[in-house]
Amino acid sequence: MAKKETVWRGLIAACGLFLILLTVSIGVFLCYKGLGTFTLYKHSVWEFLFSSNWNPADDFQGGGQVGAAIFIVGSVSICLLALLIATPFSLAAAIFMAVISPRVSNRLLQPAVEIFVGIPSVVYGWVGLTVLVPLIQKIFNLQYGYSVLAGGIVLAVMIFPTITSVSADSIRNIPLQYQEAAYGLGSTRWQVIRRVLVPAARPGILTGVILGLARAFGEALAVAMVIGKMKAFPTGILSPTNNLTAAIASDMGGAADGGEYNIALWTMALLLLVISFAFILIVRKISSKGVRER
Amino acid sequence: MNQRHRNAILTDRVMTVVLYGVAGFFLLLLAAFTVYILGKGVMEFDGSLLAFNAEGIGNQFFNTVYLVFLALLISVPIGVAAGIYMAEYAKNGRLTGFIRTCIETLSSLPSIVVGLFGYLVFVVMVHGKWSLMAGALSVSILSLPLITTTTEDALRAIPKSWKEGSFGLGATHRQTILRVMLPGCVPRIITGVILAAGRGFGEAAALLYTAGMSTDINWSRWWKLSSPVCPFNPFRPGETLALQIWASRTEAVAPNAAQVADMSAAVLIIMVFVFSIGARAIGNRLDRKMTGGKD
Repeated sequence: MAKKETVWRGLIAACGLFLILLTVSIGVFLCYKGLGTFTLYKHSVWEFLFSSNWNPADDFQGGGQVGAAIFIVGSVSICLLALLIATPFSLAAAIFMAVISPRVSNRLLQPAVEIFVGIPSVVYGWVGLTVLVPLIQKIFNLQYGYSVLAGGIVLAVMIFPTITSVSADSIRNIPLQYQEAAYGLGSTRWQVIRRVLVPAARPGILTGVILGLARAFGEALAVAMVIGKMKAFPTGILSPTNNLTAAIASDMGGAADGGEYNIALWTMALLLLVISFAFILIVRKISSKGVRER
Repeated sequence: MNQRHRNAILTDRVMTVVLYGVAGFFLLLLAAFTVYILGKGVMEFDGSLLAFNAEGIGNQFFNTVYLVFLALLISVPIGVAAGIYMAEYAKNGRLTGFIRTCIETLSSLPSIVVGLFGYLVFVVMVHGKWSLMAGALSVSILSLPLITTTTEDALRAIPKSWKEGSFGLGATHRQTILRVMLPGCVPRIITGVILAAGRGFGEAAALLYTAGMSTDINWSRWWKLSSPVCPFNPFRPGETLALQIWASRTEAVAPNAAQVADMSAAVLIIMVFVFSIGARAIGNRLDRKMTGGKD
């Protein structure tokens, strides 16, 4: 009996510790592969991050250029555009769900948000490719419709559910007295929302925005389908460019395993891992600060 | 009423209308999205597209279901056990905090990164080829954190009196968890598993370099598990629906690639609705049960 108990406990603990093993090994393997650009092929971190000369050799001698600045700028600009589009809409939707009409929201908006989350990213990409890209091409009279704008819009649709649900939760968690006091002073509903609820929910809203940003940064295929994969800095929101995830997704298959090209792509993946980890740390910082303020 | 007062009321009205507008816009967007995809699927419907052969998407559909099934077979036991550990055994300390950080990291990993990890560990390092199993292992990394947190939350929501009652009757901790607490968590855990399955269904980036982009199935040999064309052989490459959509945009292999992709998109959307409505129905039933309402 007691032996059974010990075995069971060990098994359960092993599964808990397995999560650590898994996470650490993902980190270790990515470092092992990704740091090769700097150790094996002797490129500087500076070159990788800030040079725009991307021409890695697809062999084991090395000697190419691994400047990934174009991809980094591409990723950042698409994500910022997506945030710029998604944040106001998401915030408005969150306010609607939490304050204006919780009943309608529970019946309609909440399920809709969940379905938006569930729609696979390739489907977003496919619709972006077959509807959005031709549309942008037609409206702006471009040669191709592939652009930062198309990527930004597709990503905005993908991250809005994240921002909306996290923000709505944080608005719902504000103590009722805040609202009651403001109404008691004669505020209109909009004044309550703008001067009391949104400021009070700011840490939560910020968390939602960063989680959305993290999702946008890591999204690969939907963006790859509409970005155009041009090896050039974007000159405006209508120009095609490339980004980190799209480069990994499309070029990894063709590169010789262990070659400079292949390793440079691994370095990009490592960069993505570092960025997503940084976002987690920021979110933790915000939420612990929010708790202290309460 | 002075001017300022009037302005405040006017702004309030305008903003209320704007907020209603935004909410309506989202519902409209979802409706338009769904109608567009389903409409395209229906318009281009052709019996041969659903066939279980090289022309249809039947094989890809089977691969998707089979891959998600394999992924859940791996991630559900480990995830539930890890959830039990976090809720019942983990002490408040450094180690537990670290596990929590790990869970957060895992759940926010970009799926392409998981795909590369899977490619390295499940394909290159075992000197294997692209296979359903490698894909399933990668997807299970993605669903593991979700199942773990759902299980933990569900266990924590169980009333303390259940546990105390069971201990009072002389049950051990293991018996209490297995016979009393876990059965009470089943609906919630199932909801989490359905959500994880839904996510796995549409996953593509993690499968790009693990599951492979080809499908060669011979249904007449289904009983011969070791055959590379046997549908149930988990070590054969298997393209999923989501991968097929991705493939038909880059390398238009077949003349009807766009049509096939439209059809796959429609099937995926239908599955999303089935999964999320299913999860919701179970959640609602659970709520009714907990609050004592009638079925």
